Amino acid sequence: MSRGTGWIGDLLAAARPQAVAALLRHFRDLDRAEEAFQEACVRALRTWPEKGPPRNAAAWLIMVGRNAMIDAARRTKREAPLAREEAIPDAGTGQDATVARIDEADYRDDILRLLFVCCHPVLKPTDQVALSLRIVGGLSVGQIARAFLVGDSAMEQRITRAKRRIAQADVGYEVPGPVERAERIGAVAGVIYLVFNEGYTTGIAAEGARAALCEEAIRLGRLLQRLFPTEPEIMGLLALMLLQHARAGARFDDAGEVIPLDRQDRARWDGVRIAEGRALVDKAARHARPGGYQLQAAIAAQHARAQGTDWGRIAQLYAALEHLQPSPVVTLNRAVALLKAGQAEDAWGLVAPLASQLDGYFYFHGARGAILRALGRADEAREAFAQAISLANTAAEAAHMRDQLDAL
Amino acid sequence: MQYAILCYHDEKVVTSWTRAEDDAVLAKLAAVHEELKAQGRLGPVVRLLPTTTATTLKKDREPPLVVDGPFAETKEALLGFYIVDCADLEDALEVARALGRANPGGSYEVRPVGLFFPDERAS
Repeated sequence: MSRGTGWIGDLLAAARPQAVAALLRHFRDLDRAEEAFQEACVRALRTWPEKGPPRNAAAWLIMVGRNAMIDAARRTKREAPLAREEAIPDAGTGQDATVARIDEADYRDDILRLLFVCCHPVLKPTDQVALSLRIVGGLSVGQIARAFLVGDSAMEQRITRAKRRIAQADVGYEVPGPVERAERIGAVAGVIYLVFNEGYTTGIAAEGARAALCEEAIRLGRLLQRLFPTEPEIMGLLALMLLQHARAGARFDDAGEVIPLDRQDRARWDGVRIAEGRALVDKAARHARPGGYQLQAAIAAQHARAQGTDWGRIAQLYAALEHLQPSPVVTLNRAVALLKAGQAEDAWGLVAPLASQLDGYFYFHGARGAILRALGRADEAREAFAQAISLANTAAEAAHMRDQLDAL
Repeated sequence: MQYAILCYHDEKVVTSWTRAEDDAVLAKLAAVHEELKAQGRLGPVVRLLPTTTATTLKKDREPPLVVDGPFAETKEALLGFYIVDCADLEDALEVARALGRANPGGSYEVRPVGLFFPDERAS
């Protein structure tokens, strides 16, 4: 094993959605499923360093997590008159044989069921996403809080409240029928994209657990598209993730610093993923029902063009997105596109009013700095870049801003 | 005689390969391709994008109907094909076996070609 000390963490993170989903099928309770997974992780950390990883990490964690909970239940019920039959462990069953019988295909349904529970309509959309990132993605409360631009304790409360609501509501742990499926598809798509984003924004090492989040999100996107083959927004979502992930190999330099799009080595982009993403954008357009994911995918397809990026077209697509889903971040992106299309004045007109909403946002100050620089307002640009540095989430982001500052 | 070797596999497995796994399979296949190429009998080789990108035109009605998705929803889908010059079926099966050793899993459907129009694209 030459993967360094993080390899167990990577394996546990990658196996998590499958393992927690299967444990939820077994226990029908989010807290117990999570607890079983945690217990299995503890045992993995104890035994894997010595014995090496099992052939199928997810199957191992499911078996061990299940047995651990059953053992615990038996211990607490020792003085109870009768143990329920299902609480008795399969003593003597060879673990390897059982593990081998667990069908990979079952995991897919398990994950979908898990997503439907986490995205249940009794929860507010923001709580659905938070719960899914915690339960399916296994992100820490702190990481989720950062993705939502809120404090840690607020997020902790939100997740606890969401779990309680699920436990209290009669959610039903079966995958719902066709009508309800269609209703929940939007929430699930949103969750998948957030899972992707969590991997994308911090995914430096190609082999790391964060990058595995992107792969997992793409897998879930494909699964969702097979279940809903005629939904253009699902095509758009899958296309968007493929097109963004296609650039993964070119986004960071050897020192781990962010390489801006215009300076990326296009030879390191994944042409097959780009082709697939573009084909899906095309397929979705036939339905003539534009949506947020489709527009963002069309923007990503523009960025992936071999002949160079058409910033004017991108600004138009952002304007369409702004119309459909007004948000200060979309407006900010439209402004950046206008700046790159050579319309710095127009860009400034869009960005200046956003200060009150985006003041705590790294990209806002980075973009503000770039626009101010283009307008020849160097002192204000310097101040904006400095503010961006103070808000940077990663060393790479800070380093990139410092370069901007030095270039002034 | 020309034979088509049609590649069927569980797409969920193939699309779950990591980039490194995918590259490793392609590298092994390249060795088999090179041998066939050296013998001057390797025709077009095509790998299709996943069936999630497929659209089907049902032309058994007028006007034809355009449907999202592949023609058939099967566990093992058509993922690509080869055209290879072979002496006979046994020879074609031998080629398929060699490809299968480089890329195990799934099935190859070996089928003689009836009509073949060569590539006449401009570039």
